[in-house]
Amino acid sequence: MRSILLAGGAVAALVSGAAHAQMSDGVIKIGMLSDRSGIYADINGEGSAIAARLAAEEFGNAINGTPIEIIVGDHQNKADIAANLARQWIDTERVDVVADVPNSAAALAVQVITRDKKRLFLMSGPGSTDLTGKECSPYGFHWTWDNHAVASATARALVEQGRKSWYFVTADYAFGHSLEAEATGTVKQLGGTVTGGVRHPLGTSDFSSFLLQAQASGAEVVAFANAGGDTINAVKQASEFGLPQGGQTMAGLLLNVNDVHALGLEISQGLMLANSFYWDMTDETRAWSKRFEERTGRKPSMNQAGVYSSVRHYLKAVQEIGTDDADKVAARMRSLPVNDMMMKDVRIADNGRVMNHMYLLQVKTPAETQYPWDYFKVLQDIPGDRAYIDPQKSGCPLVK
Amino acid sequence: MVTLFGIPAQALFGQLLLGLINGSFYALLSLGLAVIFGMLNVINFAHGAFYMVGAFTAWLMLQHLGIGYWPALLLAPLVVGLLGIVLEKTMLSRLYKLDHLYGLLLTFGVALMLEGGFRHWFGVSGMPYPIPAELRGGQNLGFMFLPNYRGWVVIASLVVCLGTWYAIERTRLGAYLRAATENPVLVQAFGINVPVMVTATYGFGVALAGLAGVLAAPIYQVNPLMGSNLIVIVFAVVVIGGMGSILGAIVTGLGLGLLEGLTKVVYPEASSIVVFVIMAIVLLIKPAGLFGRER
Repeated sequence: MRSILLAGGAVAALVSGAAHAQMSDGVIKIGMLSDRSGIYADINGEGSAIAARLAAEEFGNAINGTPIEIIVGDHQNKADIAANLARQWIDTERVDVVADVPNSAAALAVQVITRDKKRLFLMSGPGSTDLTGKECSPYGFHWTWDNHAVASATARALVEQGRKSWYFVTADYAFGHSLEAEATGTVKQLGGTVTGGVRHPLGTSDFSSFLLQAQASGAEVVAFANAGGDTINAVKQASEFGLPQGGQTMAGLLLNVNDVHALGLEISQGLMLANSFYWDMTDETRAWSKRFEERTGRKPSMNQAGVYSSVRHYLKAVQEIGTDDADKVAARMRSLPVNDMMMKDVRIADNGRVMNHMYLLQVKTPAETQYPWDYFKVLQDIPGDRAYIDPQKSGCPLVK
Repeated sequence: MVTLFGIPAQALFGQLLLGLINGSFYALLSLGLAVIFGMLNVINFAHGAFYMVGAFTAWLMLQHLGIGYWPALLLAPLVVGLLGIVLEKTMLSRLYKLDHLYGLLLTFGVALMLEGGFRHWFGVSGMPYPIPAELRGGQNLGFMFLPNYRGWVVIASLVVCLGTWYAIERTRLGAYLRAATENPVLVQAFGINVPVMVTATYGFGVALAGLAGVLAAPIYQVNPLMGSNLIVIVFAVVVIGGMGSILGAIVTGLGLGLLEGLTKVVYPEASSIVVFVIMAIVLLIKPAGLFGRER
């Protein structure tokens, strides 16, 4: 039965391949694979799909007469569901490119499938540096940020301010461990010390006992190596237990504008974070964010802006070379600098890492904020070459 | 430094006190579940969702009507209780003749719909709810810093728990209720309106969840998923205490909170499963739960 199906699929592929020599199967199909209902649904989710649509609309939803179609799927933060959906999309729904995919475990699973099946993969949301390291792919492009960029930028800034002793509150899974390791590396390299740490299960609602231990440690910085709801609850309860009032600095190693919005400035003021996008930086970012907000009712996260940037760059490459052949598009995407409202002349390294700038941000005080979503001060602009791991040292076999 | 079991006494006292705070939430939520199961024989899976609705009601009142924390403490549980009464009248009451499983499935479906709806309207990051001005700040107890608000939560939930226990076990109304669960036909024959009592009980049970939601709002984010994070543990508490046992729910709620606090000092990674380990052991040794009666 299976072989009959496969044979049928092969015949269908041959027929459709012959019919459209340039654009395969008469449509450019983008599969937006995201967490649409869990902890990342606000920073990616439907907002990411809308960001992709905004990119497609700039091309009139078609390239050289071939329509652009965007489909969405929910991976529920499960790597197996992500892998199954990606496989099904590519095999039976002729998806040309999979985009978004927050959650490193899900992204690593999709990276394997897109590499095997030679389909492009645009990531804006997963943090693992393995995606451009030992698990890199000629078809995988890592946009927006990674664990090294966000954790080390924040760690460097704080240590340079003289906040040298650190305590980690870490989510007990691969992502949290990796964030902690990246920050620890930077802290120690700059002469700081790590006085201790505690690991909490993913999805913890009560952090009080961990915070009590952090308080007792006397460390100058209490760093939260977690994300989403975990970070929000941890920061909120740290303020309740008086950690900032006691002179300890709180650092969120991965914070988004949505997290700050959810916390409110009263509690989040003064927090340092690194993001590759903030809506209120230039006229271009403001204009695009306004378009985004009209559809979603909120400002975009860096992940959502990154989805727009990645999908737009992909479509631009397809438009320039007039085909959606994965190898040719991937080559063109690498040779073409990324230029849009978020990035200016950004190169893509051979390991698939998009070498965009990171910005060191600080959350404003309630007195400093002037209008809705006016949350950050930009303290520092960190060029991609400094923000990311040197592609030569990434461990990716594609880098020569 | 003084140590107990190899743990600095300071850390131990701190964690035990925190455990007591978490235990108060468990107690308050499992109390509602126990009351509903005891009187209606319904396994109320929507309990976590009602807890979430309670928190959201308080938040919506503050945002849109300017109603502060203290009035919300009374009003939000009322709203949630009314919602529960509507659910009981229109849907749940049709299922009493059938197996427990149907009530469970209905309430589970209601929970999913409530959560899905709130997630759709408010997103998953949650909304901030400020601590009321009267309860900001905290006390330095020597061994730890106790935020005033958390102290208030312990007192409030203890009062409510003991009050409920007293009302059901020691008053005439409670006696009617207990009698009605034993033999509804006979109690009805004495001229007591059993269906109304059952409806009111369900309303009261979910109102307790709503109250817990309001109490939780300033500590946690007001978040559509806040109920489902907690409900599984609360079910374990009820199972350990004995389904339907009021006192069991209160005592095990507090006890397991303490135990969880202790685990967070000794081996934090296990803190999310310790309750379930206890549940497995209790089920093996005493299947009806610590305070339950075999039926």
